[in-house]
Amino acid sequence: MITPKNLDEALTLLADRAAGWKPCAGGTDLMVLFEAGKLNHTKFVNIAALTELHGIEERSDAIEIKALTTYTDILKHATIQREFPSLVTAAALTGAVAIQNRGTIGGNIVNASPAADSPPALLAYDAQVELISVKGVRRLAYADFHKGYKQMDLQPGELLKSVLLPRTHAELHHYYRKVGTRRAQAISKVCFCGVVEREDRIKNIRIALGSVAPIPLRARRTETFLIGKQLSSKIIDEAKKIIDQEISPIDDIRSTAKYRRRVTQNLLEEFLCGTGSTN
Amino acid sequence: MAENAIGQSVVRREGREKVTGQAKYVDDLSFPGMIFGATVRSSVPRGRIRTISFEGTIPWNEFVIVTAKDVPGKNIVALIEHDQPYLADGMVNHPEEAIVLLAHPDKYLLEEARRHVRIEIDPLPAIFTIEDSLAQKEIVWGKDNVQKSFLIETGNMKDAWTNGHVVVEGAYETGAQEQLYIEPQGMIAVANPADGVTVRGSLQCPFYIHKALIELFALPPEKIRVIQTETGGGFGGKEEYPTIIAGHAALLAWKSGRPVKIIYDRAEDMVATTKRHPSRTKIKTAVDKQGKLTAMNIDFVIDGGAYVTLSPVVLSRGTLHSFGPYACPNVKITSKAVATNTPPHGAFRGFGAPQSLFAIERHMDRVARKVGLSPDEFRRRNFLSDGKTMPTGQIVRDGVDLSALLDRALELSHFHDKRRRFARENTTSAIKKGMGLATFMHGAGFTGSGEAYLASIVAIEATKEGIVRVLTSSTEIGQGKNTVFAQIVAETLRIPIDRIEVTMPDTAIVPNSGPTVASRTAMVVGGLVAEAAKNLKELLKKKDIHFPVKVTAQYQQPKDISFDDKTYRGDAYGTYAWAVYVAEVSVDTVTYEAHVDDFVAVQEIGKVLNPTLASGQIEGGVAQAIGMVLYEKVEWKEGRMVNGQMTNYIMPTSVDVPPIRVFFEGVPYRHSPTGAKGIGELPMDGPAPAILNAIEDAIGVSINKIPCLPEDILEAMERSRA
Ligand SMILES: Cc1cc2nc3c(=O)[nH]c(=O)nc-3n(C[C@H](O)[C@H](O)[C@H](O)COP(=O)(O)OP(=O)(O)OC[C@H]3O[C@@H](n4cnc5c(N)ncnc54)[C@H](O)[C@@H]3O)c2cc1C
Repeated sequence: MITPKNLDEALTLLADRAAGWKPCAGGTDLMVLFEAGKLNHTKFVNIAALTELHGIEERSDAIEIKALTTYTDILKHATIQREFPSLVTAAALTGAVAIQNRGTIGGNIVNASPAADSPPALLAYDAQVELISVKGVRRLAYADFHKGYKQMDLQPGELLKSVLLPRTHAELHHYYRKVGTRRAQAISKVCFCGVVEREDRIKNIRIALGSVAPIPLRARRTETFLIGKQLSSKIIDEAKKIIDQEISPIDDIRSTAKYRRRVTQNLLEEFLCGTGSTN
Repeated sequence: MAENAIGQSVVRREGREKVTGQAKYVDDLSFPGMIFGATVRSSVPRGRIRTISFEGTIPWNEFVIVTAKDVPGKNIVALIEHDQPYLADGMVNHPEEAIVLLAHPDKYLLEEARRHVRIEIDPLPAIFTIEDSLAQKEIVWGKDNVQKSFLIETGNMKDAWTNGHVVVEGAYETGAQEQLYIEPQGMIAVANPADGVTVRGSLQCPFYIHKALIELFALPPEKIRVIQTETGGGFGGKEEYPTIIAGHAALLAWKSGRPVKIIYDRAEDMVATTKRHPSRTKIKTAVDKQGKLTAMNIDFVIDGGAYVTLSPVVLSRGTLHSFGPYACPNVKITSKAVATNTPPHGAFRGFGAPQSLFAIERHMDRVARKVGLSPDEFRRRNFLSDGKTMPTGQIVRDGVDLSALLDRALELSHFHDKRRRFARENTTSAIKKGMGLATFMHGAGFTGSGEAYLASIVAIEATKEGIVRVLTSSTEIGQGKNTVFAQIVAETLRIPIDRIEVTMPDTAIVPNSGPTVASRTAMVVGGLVAEAAKNLKELLKKKDIHFPVKVTAQYQQPKDISFDDKTYRGDAYGTYAWAVYVAEVSVDTVTYEAHVDDFVAVQEIGKVLNPTLASGQIEGGVAQAIGMVLYEKVEWKEGRMVNGQMTNYIMPTSVDVPPIRVFFEGVPYRHSPTGAKGIGELPMDGPAPAILNAIEDAIGVSINKIPCLPEDILEAMERSRA
């Protein structure tokens, strides 16, 4: 493990493909692999102290959360609490206090676990991500970042720099629910985040899920179906059928595909019913 | 002085050292020249070993390698039956069976080497379930897979099922459970022909290990020494398994001539060591018009795993609790421990009783429903009380009033008010709430003539400097034995508690006061400590005393307690702890998660020696039982635990456990000098049925199998709807 003085030095190290350096932030995912004897990689750049990747910045159009921001930082941030409450809920339900102090949002994203708890909130808030390397900075929609199981639009030598959450004046209803194996220190079996703007009809809706597909999933077809609809039990039933087709959960050591399907549908119903009256 | 004595919440003696990190556990110890040991295990559940080869670029000449042929004495783990080898020789019978031992000064190279031992095994058909074992799909143990069986019969079964009586049948299942003590298992051995064998480590029963090592090394008793190190919990998991690790470390030390340390990491500990026996119970009962039980037919079967270990005694305790705290004139109980090709199941807090009491207490709720009585009223009509007879012929003489315990628990939990309110509110809420109760007993001390047979001895020493030393083989495993023994001596001798030392067990120093199991330490051994202290007091009244002086006390079976091991009739236990537990549960019908919201535990445990420690036992036991019911599921694949990590084997955290409200009643036990009864295992028995009874009250679905995770609740709700 090497600790660079600044971001430039870190990026230069990471740019040297032959040397084979990888970043280590809070280490809370990496150390688990290490302890289990499953971490094959041995050369790490310790990015934890890079001030350039720390902090939360408020701009008029967006909140920029730098990659090394911890869950505890997010939990304490007044604007995030007010405007992006589901991300705060996600942070509060991540591990327990020790992990919240140490784990970073960047690590959570790049570790790319389909069961991670922040990604559904980030997807529902239509986040963008910024990536940085010696070649410069690029920005893309977070929804386009995860490509397949543990595959990302992230080039060798690139670091995740920050996450941007677009701000809005719309009246939103926020819903976030993690269904884990217990109430703390739990890996999600299903994680559901929904944001909806609704007058009489649904004006705008975004739904994202964890643990029900190889990647954190935006339920686009369900969203498209629901936009413009007036909620009724018939519409909700139809939406449940659509979301069931969008997800592809599996049986694993923690749960069953059947359970994940049923709970996803139930959560969708709970989310939609909680947005106001249905008829 | 009174503030130190019995009945006071004296602070745990080793508590400070433990919480400040000063306590030395086995992995904190080192000896000059010490090397590390590792175990190479089977890869298949059953088969015949063909070849063992040492591959890769490992410097094998630097390694100490031990196989079955290096055993100096008998290659058996001496316990009840002599069927289990220390190292497989020819046959393997479960997927974690030890075959080769390795030792090396470099831990990391050792781990690397372990992966390069290739053991070729010709697989044989294996069985993994109670049903397959009973059906003799394959004979994997003895003539018929049956490791032990019991029969208890009383009254007349034929006439019991007459018409007019309500007959209810049911089948109930419980799963394996991992003890999850905080400190994984480990041992350090020093062994050579000149000095003999010394092992020290994390353990519950020093003399079990002592006995087994005598056989393994063919050495006289005085050449074997077993020393306990500070032990981070046991729960039964360190009752019989440490005997194996101790033997393994000693074999490596014997061959290498160097101290050898074997420490299991959490993963190895979870998959290879013993777990709670899975069980299934079939019950058929008849009830007359007055709501009285007229007949009970109980068939109780546990999965012993590949070798017998302690299964006969676990089966025995399970069998002797299977009828619950009820009187019934006509009873037939059959029970069996059967073999499968999983690692042997073993001791775990409750020792068979949580399994069979789960069955009867679920069953009683189902019968109550059927006969139209509330769960409390139906139980009340059938309670045992003083003078009544158990199916074993034992007459209850505990001075117990279960009805009064029940009243207290109902009142403290607002059982009936809440049931009514929840029934109303559940119709409009996605979260359904329910109340459930269980009434039960737990026999204290060894089963049957076990205590008489053990004839435990304790000693107390007094020095010139005014120190009083308590010598027993009882181990401190977090339950507070050091503190309680000191309290007992302080009370008897009327001396300050800090003048009393409670010696760490070392078989070269302490007498055999038996194993630290069966909720017997405070009651039986503590009673002997009180007696020895009294003897010392008498002695010190004499004139010419040459210090140090030593007195002993030995267990004598009370004259009015007797048990016939052949017919299984008589006083199965000298006394019982009695309890009524109430669980308030909510089930979220969106996620199928069940959560215990409130828990009331009312129990009669004889004299409470230390209220804080006693409450701690109950709270911890209830929490552990909540884990067994709602969270902890061992996932098996071909006889092997595949979720041997704490991320995937889900133990409840502090936010998953409700406030546990503990209440004691104390009718002093007549045969214990301190009046105490056993309490360590009691709290493991009641929560499982209370919680599933509450789940049925909440969602109207009868679930008769634990563990019961959200996935199981979903399935059960679907089945009941279909
Ligand atoms: C006990 C425990 C409980 C946990 N509970 C939860 C939970 O409830 N929910 C949940 O979602 N997660 C949980 N986690 C997982 C983990 O804590 C989170 O994913 C955390 O956010 C990872 O951040 P980190 O900084 O520690 O990542 P690290 O371990 O440092 O890195 C993880 C991966 O990301 C890469 N990486 C890190 N930062 C960057 C960057 N800026 N640019 C490019 N690559 C980067 C690393 O190379 C590595 O591959 C838990 C972990 C533990 C040990």
